[in-house]
Amino acid sequence: MSTAQFVQYLVSGVTQGSIYALIGLGFTMIYAVTRIINFAQGEFVMLGGMLSFTLAHSLGLPLAPALIISILVASLVGAGMYVLAIRPAKNASVVSLIIITIGAAIFIRGLAGVLWGVDAVRPPVFTGSNSISFLGAYIHPQALWIIGTTVVVTIIVHLFLSYTMVGKALKACAINPVASSLVGINPRTMALIAFVLAAAVGGIGGVVMAPLTLTAYNVGIMLGLKGFVAAAIGGFKSPLAAVFGGLLLGIVESFAVAANWGPFTSAYKDAIALIVLMLILLVRSGKLAEEERAG
Amino acid sequence: MLAWLKSKWAYLAISALLALVILVPFDWFLGRYTTLMIFIGIYTIVTVGLCLLMGYTGQVSLGQAAFFGMGAYVSAILSKTYGVNPWLAMLIAAVMTGAFAYIIGYPIFRLKGNYLAMATLGLGLIMWILFRELSYFTGGPDGMSGIPYLSMGGFIFNTPFKRYFLVWFFCLAVLLISQNIVRSRTGRALRAIHGSEAASESIGINVDQFKVKILVLSAVYASLAGSLFVHHLRFVSPQPFDFLASVKLVVMAVIGGLASVWGAIFGAGATRILSDEILLRFGQWDIVIYGLILVLVMIFMPGGLFVKLKELFERLRLRYRQRGVEH
Repeated sequence: MSTAQFVQYLVSGVTQGSIYALIGLGFTMIYAVTRIINFAQGEFVMLGGMLSFTLAHSLGLPLAPALIISILVASLVGAGMYVLAIRPAKNASVVSLIIITIGAAIFIRGLAGVLWGVDAVRPPVFTGSNSISFLGAYIHPQALWIIGTTVVVTIIVHLFLSYTMVGKALKACAINPVASSLVGINPRTMALIAFVLAAAVGGIGGVVMAPLTLTAYNVGIMLGLKGFVAAAIGGFKSPLAAVFGGLLLGIVESFAVAANWGPFTSAYKDAIALIVLMLILLVRSGKLAEEERAG
Repeated sequence: MLAWLKSKWAYLAISALLALVILVPFDWFLGRYTTLMIFIGIYTIVTVGLCLLMGYTGQVSLGQAAFFGMGAYVSAILSKTYGVNPWLAMLIAAVMTGAFAYIIGYPIFRLKGNYLAMATLGLGLIMWILFRELSYFTGGPDGMSGIPYLSMGGFIFNTPFKRYFLVWFFCLAVLLISQNIVRSRTGRALRAIHGSEAASESIGINVDQFKVKILVLSAVYASLAGSLFVHHLRFVSPQPFDFLASVKLVVMAVIGGLASVWGAIFGAGATRILSDEILLRFGQWDIVIYGLILVLVMIFMPGGLFVKLKELFERLRLRYRQRGVEH
């Protein structure tokens, strides 16, 4: 493998991994505060992309407002999901909550299928599509937008959690919901905020990703699963770890496909993430079971 | 008295069901729904397994379609490509799927809750990708056709009318076997596990072993259903075994009621009728409705829709009887 090829695969891995990172970030935020794995996380990404296509392409809105509205609507859907589906299920078991979030996921996916049809769409790129040459590799400008957005979002989330009152309350609620409600933090409000943030981050991922990778009503499941793998690599502990997990998964996928070795042809690209998922779950199963018991 | 009445009710209900099942495929009755009823029978077999698994181990499987698909593909490949007798192929498929479930059972049940759900989802997707990509064996995304009919001696199951009785024979057998398991020592152990794993373990129940047993049973049921499915359609493709298929199976189990054996017919029936008769004309709307059903049932009746209806019926019956006593 030449340097140029190496850089090419690395860049494509980091680009793809950035999306996984943003989804993993959402998984981690919701899980930390509510102990819920939100199986609808990938649907927010789908919504962001599809909405930006409708607003910027079909309705011809300028790019910036189109993107902002898309992200806002995705966040609103996140809020709606929490208020309408999660909050009414008081004292629900883990299995019930899993089934609820899956129900919400296929509900959103089905509505998207009804509204937008089944064809893949490509929203307009942000700043042209002339590839930039870098160490012999060709980089699409949109890839830089994806990577840059992920870096900025990660930093903002980190600063938000560390230095704002709401962010600190979220952290407190994640560490001990009972103790934090004693000092006046409402766990339900925090859960709502976590859902909105996760949906917003997913929507951002969707709007920056779609111009490069295309999007369709059914992309949510695979993306959600890969975001989960990212969060699982990070151990569902910190948002930064989830971002790291996403980048790692993207790079592994990219090089595994590049190697074209044995069964790892591009047809099996999605299987790589699944195998990584199985390995993580099995290797860490003892530890995960303990955590689950501790709640 | 109450026990006698209860058994009389159960006896009546089962006889009525049996009579209905036998009469359905005749043209002068509900003959035009024979094909629909064949699918309901097939899906009931898968749903019973899932109901037992979800109800008695308290775990959700988001990859049940993988077992269903394994049965379908093993049967299809052996009987069509390799000319194996379809009955033998069906048996081999069931043994293979059961063995597969056994091998993955122990490591997978070390996981709990969310992680277990994700692991089953992952497994389901991996199998689906294999069905799609191992095109040398499976025919790839286009699938394979020309799978032989099942036959007994010179009697070939070549019309829906004949296959209807075959499928419902298997379906009722599976329901009765499951009923017996639930009422046996194993069933009581499983209920104890659902109540509290720690307490069950402390009174000497091997929790992991029971869970794996149920997983294997549900996998064998699914495989059996898969074999019947391909010998009915004579065609197999990856599409009926994708993620949405697994979710639809969960919908059937949730409507039927977790931990309920006879509810499975209700769940599979309601869902297939909804899909094949009502929502077919509305395209993508079917998964919107399924999503809504999952959310609503889990919020308002986490025990399942059928179980809730049964409770309601019991309450009404008791009120009626009390009134009778007062007079």
